[in-house]
Amino acid sequence: MSSIEALRSALSAIMANALRSLLTMLGIVIGVAAVIAMVAIGSGARNLVDRQIRSLGANLAVITAGNVTQGGVRLGVGAASTLTDEDAEAIRREVDGVVAAAPFVQGSVQVVAGGENWGTRLYGVDLDWFAARDWDVAYGRSFDPEEIRRGDIVVILGQTVVRSLFGEDDPMGRSVRVRNVPFRVIGVMAPKGQSAFGQDQDDVIFVPLDAGRRRVLGRNYAKDRSVGSIFVKFATEENIEPGIDAMTHLVRQLHRIGGDQEDDFSIRNLTEIANTASASANTLSILLAAVAAVSLLVGGIGIMNIMLVSVTERTREIGLRLAVGARPRDILGQFLIEATTLSTIGGVFGVGFGTAAAYLVAQMAGWPSLVSANAILIAVGFSALVGIFFGLYPAKRAARLDPIEALRRE
Amino acid sequence: MALIEVRDLGRVYHLDADRVVALDHVTIDIEKGEFVAVMGPSGSGKSTFMNLIGCLDRPTGGRYRLAGAAVESLDANALAGLRNREIGFVFQQFNLLPRTDALSNVELPMIYAGLNRKTRRERAMKALHRVGLADRAHHRPMQLSGGQQQRVAIARALVNGPSLLLADEPTGALDSRTSGEILSLFEELNRDGVTILLVTHDAEVGRHARRLIRFRDGRVTEDRCRMPLDSRDLMPGTAA
Repeated sequence: MSSIEALRSALSAIMANALRSLLTMLGIVIGVAAVIAMVAIGSGARNLVDRQIRSLGANLAVITAGNVTQGGVRLGVGAASTLTDEDAEAIRREVDGVVAAAPFVQGSVQVVAGGENWGTRLYGVDLDWFAARDWDVAYGRSFDPEEIRRGDIVVILGQTVVRSLFGEDDPMGRSVRVRNVPFRVIGVMAPKGQSAFGQDQDDVIFVPLDAGRRRVLGRNYAKDRSVGSIFVKFATEENIEPGIDAMTHLVRQLHRIGGDQEDDFSIRNLTEIANTASASANTLSILLAAVAAVSLLVGGIGIMNIMLVSVTERTREIGLRLAVGARPRDILGQFLIEATTLSTIGGVFGVGFGTAAAYLVAQMAGWPSLVSANAILIAVGFSALVGIFFGLYPAKRAARLDPIEALRRE
Repeated sequence: MALIEVRDLGRVYHLDADRVVALDHVTIDIEKGEFVAVMGPSGSGKSTFMNLIGCLDRPTGGRYRLAGAAVESLDANALAGLRNREIGFVFQQFNLLPRTDALSNVELPMIYAGLNRKTRRERAMKALHRVGLADRAHHRPMQLSGGQQQRVAIARALVNGPSLLLADEPTGALDSRTSGEILSLFEELNRDGVTILLVTHDAEVGRHARRLIRFRDGRVTEDRCRMPLDSRDLMPGTAA
């Protein structure tokens, strides 16, 4: 029997018991809808986390000077210095896989523009900083190397600061005062949104490194060339672990730290933090999908149940088909296709309802909802598989029937 | 070579510990074009004989040649093919598929023969015409009388052009007038060259056949021709 004939016969059998078929399908509809919705919601949540994490910059490690509050004291005894530009320079030069090493200083400042003022964080940075954080200006321009070298008093503002100080006005070329130093606005950063830890990353201003530490934050730093931290960006994730070891070794050497002395700095692998957060989001998605898959399984059992009933009811029909020349495998195929048709139609409707549900939840939660084409294909394919899997046993029972017995059955 | 050659055919059932001999060394030849009635009380082995002849069952002993094929050595798929090509079944309860119309019911054997839809429609229509039901092609079994349903079943049995029409109590569910019509149809088909094997316990029905084989306790007790046949059919079946 050709598959078209089998499909036609399956559809007519399904239509003959329309209500029963509909109820059976409902199990699959709910199962597939649950899978689609849960996967979409899960991947939406993961996407949100990923986006927050990526906003930090990929393949990033940060070196922080050790015990900043005690820094002065320890420097006083001359056993170690805090991090410096030279450390960053050395890392950039000597550690494999380093794309950018960005020394920076930061501190809380009050910014004044005209009649408005605003408390924010100031970063003194060099050009590598923007490369390390994968962050660029939205309009205006970034620093030029000369401005960095000279420590010019120019500033790039974050979006939140622009809104707070200038409202709708154009801040370009205006002057903002930080600790009474007038900085000229040359650019505005692209918006970056919340960090994974809930911070507003746009509430920030950037000035050249030397301008920051000499003119604004100067007294917090002991030496001319000191910096608070260094962002180190690696080319690939594989570079990070060996890179951190190499940096530790290098900076200990530069700081003349002997064998069993403690580091006067600490290195954190930000990618690792990101991965952990991402992994927990992943776990959540998998859990959601697993719960949904269980309901799909229950739907499959419903199909099996109804197919067994159908085989029993249609025993005479099977006997007749065998008598007029159906081979056992024709009977097997017929019932298998019937089960698969049921489950696939259910799957298609399930995709519709699931997509709608995912969209609704995403709207309410304000999440990005992702119903991918892949998820739809997998769900429909999976529901077909459910039909084959749960239809196989009833179909085999039908195919194994003895034609004489089957014809005699009432 | 006869259409059906049965030699020492046996069928033994094992019911729990009991060994039941349903058919005991039966030897029969049936030629092409014969109209044979198989008779006997229930338990005589006539149903077992019919199931074996119809390739629905396999013998536990002896040989069976249908149109030259050694049936006892065929597997389930080959038996299905043989049933499809060589045998048309007519049952007491008609066994039509209730959800589809007469035409689709007649098409069924051709689906398993792998014929395309157009050919199937044409041949099914022709078969319905032959049993006088061309105007009922699109009626469902429920909308047809018992006699009409049986005619549809006969059309279905004939549609693949089988060597043998195997009818199991074909008038058992019909009133006497309709029974007469169906039996006349059989006679007419037989005159056109269709070989018919009719299984019945009703002597009235058996009288329409030209040869009678009687079973009792799994053996053939009688095998005779009722009326003179033409020269081709003169050789009678070999009684056991």
